[in-house]
Amino acid sequence: MIEALQFAFMRHALVAGLLVSVACGIVGTLVVLRRIVFLSGGIAHAAYGGVGLGFYLGMDPLIGAVGFSLIAALAMGLVELRSRQRADTVIGALWAIGMATGIILLDFTVGYKADLMSYLFGSILAVPVRYLWWMAGLNVLIIALVVLFFKELLATSFDETFAVTRNVPVEGIHLTMVCMIALAVVMMMRVVGLIMVIALLTMPAAIAVQWIKSVKRAMVLAMLLSAFFSVTGLWLSYSLNLTSGAAIILVAGFSYLVSLSLYKLWPVSAPREEPADAATA
Amino acid sequence: MSESPYERTGPVITLQDVWASYDQGDVLESIDLEIYDRQLVALIGPNGGGKTTLLRVLLGLLAPKRGEVRILGQRVERARRAIGYVPQEIRFDSDFPVSAWEVARMGRLGRRGLLRPFNSEDETIVADALRRTGALHLRRRPIGELSGGERQRVYIARALAVEPRVLLLDEPLSNVDPEARSAIIELLPGLSQQMAIIMSSHDVGSILPHVHRVGYLNRRLVYYGAPQQAPEAIRGTFACPVDMDSEQCPCAVCTAAAQSQEALP
Repeated sequence: MIEALQFAFMRHALVAGLLVSVACGIVGTLVVLRRIVFLSGGIAHAAYGGVGLGFYLGMDPLIGAVGFSLIAALAMGLVELRSRQRADTVIGALWAIGMATGIILLDFTVGYKADLMSYLFGSILAVPVRYLWWMAGLNVLIIALVVLFFKELLATSFDETFAVTRNVPVEGIHLTMVCMIALAVVMMMRVVGLIMVIALLTMPAAIAVQWIKSVKRAMVLAMLLSAFFSVTGLWLSYSLNLTSGAAIILVAGFSYLVSLSLYKLWPVSAPREEPADAATA
Repeated sequence: MSESPYERTGPVITLQDVWASYDQGDVLESIDLEIYDRQLVALIGPNGGGKTTLLRVLLGLLAPKRGEVRILGQRVERARRAIGYVPQEIRFDSDFPVSAWEVARMGRLGRRGLLRPFNSEDETIVADALRRTGALHLRRRPIGELSGGERQRVYIARALAVEPRVLLLDEPLSNVDPEARSAIIELLPGLSQQMAIIMSSHDVGSILPHVHRVGYLNRRLVYYGAPQQAPEAIRGTFACPVDMDSEQCPCAVCTAAAQSQEALP
């Protein structure tokens, strides 16, 4: 792996993997806790419409993906808030419409379109430097939002009804959350591809939540796991000449299954209860 | 214990001709109600009679179809900051990584507001709330690993951390072990010295000696008044926790029922 770092594209890939891990750890933990994995999958696939729009208009597909995924996220978030009984059906429809829009727009686009597959299946080895700056900027934005609204995000994830009774702007927090998912999706699409984004977003967080009993610490562990999966997948893809995105996902998936099995065998025991009279503030 | 000494100060909760409905139809019909400071009110009635719906209306979670609700002289949305609420049930994954302390501290959200972190005052109030409910020693434990009774104590502490003037409890005695049940029953009379409490319950027997008013809800407020003066048919619904023949039973329900029977002309 070390000798591979002599190549600039490998260094960029490594930095991309590490940068994406920050968003994965933070946003993924919230996605798992709020049980909005399906909605996140919808946003990820709908983002393809933005890629198609970017190519069609002759602009950076990244900009198209940011705009399109934010709009899709807000639409899906509102649907989930307003019509919860049929929300999954509507989200499924928006998911497909987003992808289909992207494909049709690409049909109308003249010229070379070989780069398309890199958005669907990832192309971490071809991440340009400007993309790394984008990723760093989006990470800063996500961290800032989570730091600012952490107590509200936690309360609405645990007990939304109680949060309403405390005058927490539950809808605003939910929409902020889905926008963070959209930003994380855009960051991850060049690393593992839009089709597999949901796996990298949720598996490190799902492992972390199983073993760690604090949301903040679970976020940190999910970041570290995500970084480990990215680096290991990258190393495997370099060593064995595999598709990097798929290698990263397989490492994450295998680890998740191992973690799940271990958790079934040795569930985390609760900390010992303190004697009532010894407890103080 | 039938009179609250605070009725002269004016009601903290007023409902005038309140109707509420879900998609399937009206659940509350023409509810008129006044609840005073430091009154302990038990809402009883059959399943689907509207007990939880009334609490939802008081919390502003369900807008009334008709009628007016005033709490502390204000609209519900404005008064909500002063209302503590203990839900019947919270559904969450058992591995949700949040401690009892963090759950209780959520009661401070309304006082702190957006962009303002919790401070030492919040920590002191949360510790005090957990201490009052006998749950301070549980504070480091994940909420998903607590028993039903321990969890209920934490939820009551969360509601007390609000520093409420009105406390709403939805079936606080259901799904708890006998020890927690006793602890909650011991706690309520003391709390009712500091705030108005409205508690929905299928079984008010154990708490009956401390209850100022009973409201029997079956879409309409069929009866509202002192438990001892309730019609016999309603007194029969103050479930006996011991489940013995009422003439022999030493429980508070049967004792109160016997006393009120003697008091009736």
